[in-house]
Amino acid sequence: MDDGYRKIVLDGLWHNNQALVALLGLCPLLAVSNTLINGLGLGLATTLVLTLSNVSVSVIRNWVRPEIRLAVFVLIIASFVTTVELVMNAYFHGLYKVLGIFIPLIVTNCAIIGRAEAFASRNPVPRALADGLAIGIGFTLALVVLGGSRELIGQGTLFEGAHLMFGEVARDWRWVVSEDYPGILIMILPPGAFMGLGMMIALKNIIDRQLSRRKAIPAAHGETSAARV
Amino acid sequence: MQFATTSSPHLSGPQSVTRVMGMVLLALLPGTLAMFWYFGWGVLINITIAVATAVTAEAAVLRLRGRAVGPVLIDLSAVVTAWLMAIALPPLLPWWQTVLGCAFAIVIAKQLFGGIGFNPFNPAMAGYVLLLVSFPVTMTRWLPPDVLSSGALSLVDSLHITFSGTPPLGQTWDAITSATPLDEMRTQLSQNLMISEIRESPLWGDFGGRGWEWIGNWFLIGGLFMIWRRVISWRIPASMLGALILVSGLFWAIDANTHPFPAFHVFSGGAILGAFFIATDPVSASTTPRGQLIFGAMIGLLVFIIRTWGGYPDAVAFAVLLLNMAAPTIDYYTQPRILGQREHEDA
Repeated sequence: MDDGYRKIVLDGLWHNNQALVALLGLCPLLAVSNTLINGLGLGLATTLVLTLSNVSVSVIRNWVRPEIRLAVFVLIIASFVTTVELVMNAYFHGLYKVLGIFIPLIVTNCAIIGRAEAFASRNPVPRALADGLAIGIGFTLALVVLGGSRELIGQGTLFEGAHLMFGEVARDWRWVVSEDYPGILIMILPPGAFMGLGMMIALKNIIDRQLSRRKAIPAAHGETSAARV
Repeated sequence: MQFATTSSPHLSGPQSVTRVMGMVLLALLPGTLAMFWYFGWGVLINITIAVATAVTAEAAVLRLRGRAVGPVLIDLSAVVTAWLMAIALPPLLPWWQTVLGCAFAIVIAKQLFGGIGFNPFNPAMAGYVLLLVSFPVTMTRWLPPDVLSSGALSLVDSLHITFSGTPPLGQTWDAITSATPLDEMRTQLSQNLMISEIRESPLWGDFGGRGWEWIGNWFLIGGLFMIWRRVISWRIPASMLGALILVSGLFWAIDANTHPFPAFHVFSGGAILGAFFIATDPVSASTTPRGQLIFGAMIGLLVFIIRTWGGYPDAVAFAVLLLNMAAPTIDYYTQPRILGQREHEDA
């Protein structure tokens, strides 16, 4: 893979993860991540909108005057969100009802207009497409991990409501820790979202620090040997 | 106690954290013993579990943070936090819920913000609210106030309930538990009963619930002791209870059938404990003199509002946490005039 694309993918998934690093789109992230499936549903919808809007913005980037670009971006994003909303209403009606107001609110997810402005409006279509996918999947992963851990701690299940998304086959995917698990209700409620996200950011920072430490040691060795030569 | 025997000037000794926290623990004793008298062994079991958890959690986090464990542990602040939380908990709470709440109070509410002196929220109340929101069933399972005198639950029984989470053999939860006075008042009022009818139940004493009002009195004595020893200032307790009496008195005067007498509010639930021991936490409360008056009065007002119209029977913990959030702002606007500076000179 080309180095540029490698960087786009790594940034989207990890170094510039919109949920964990840029802290954008927190409103839907915190509100909808009470179960794994809800998180996955909103994440995929966001990814779809983000990819389509990134591509469209990139296509028209040479024809839109800078003075009106934001208004155009908003129009593009709003059209795709409406499309996604109607499609979800038609084919995933149960999930659509669960996610409710947060589907139309994808419009206000600042991660999407942020990528349109910061990346798609300055890059050719293939790169904008890769960025949209990478950023969207990074956001979805954060949503899934947060939703999954909140569901697990809060009510002791995983994949609750999977049939809303994957059809009747998925009804018995639901996994229960133990029938007498009491459930720590606060994790399902809004404070749990803030605490969970805080913990995830802390965890990411720990991992980053470990990685940079591991990287720093060989680098230091390399320098000394170079100095000797 | 040490008396200064040297000639003047008499400088007062340093008011160390350990000394202050020791005083608080001493002041908590009468109320705690009263709780033991009315609610039995569960109170002491909770305190033991909570203190053990708090000290362990504090030591563990300090070690993780690479700080010296010894000097922080002997300042007793973790013990005070655990103790305050434990006496707010129902006596038969399953042991792991006490452990969870206490660990949350120390690790998340206190140490993650930087340890003693840096926590924006009162750790004991943060832990209590976590449990109250997470486990509404077990957290509202109180006992009738004559467990010890009637010999209903022995130490072994209480330990069994705490550690197994099941009621004693052949008994149901309904047989041994009872609603708190605030809970009772709330449920009955919602069924359109009048105060005079509600108060015919044997659950009631002179002002609040039987037993509960005496516990309040003993905490009051501990609180007055702390004011006398200058551990806390009179401002927060006085303004909090004052505001509570004022606003509940106003509504009582308007309609005495649906609003209980002000003394009921003061002597029920956590009002007195909260006013003297919880709202006065020197770290998370307001620090300026005028700010403390506002801080206390707002808590008193919120306690009445949440108790009367909110979703939970008692409100001290929520009110304190909300005002903890407001404390920095209150302090900002109530800075005392610096000596020698004219009013409105700063800007």
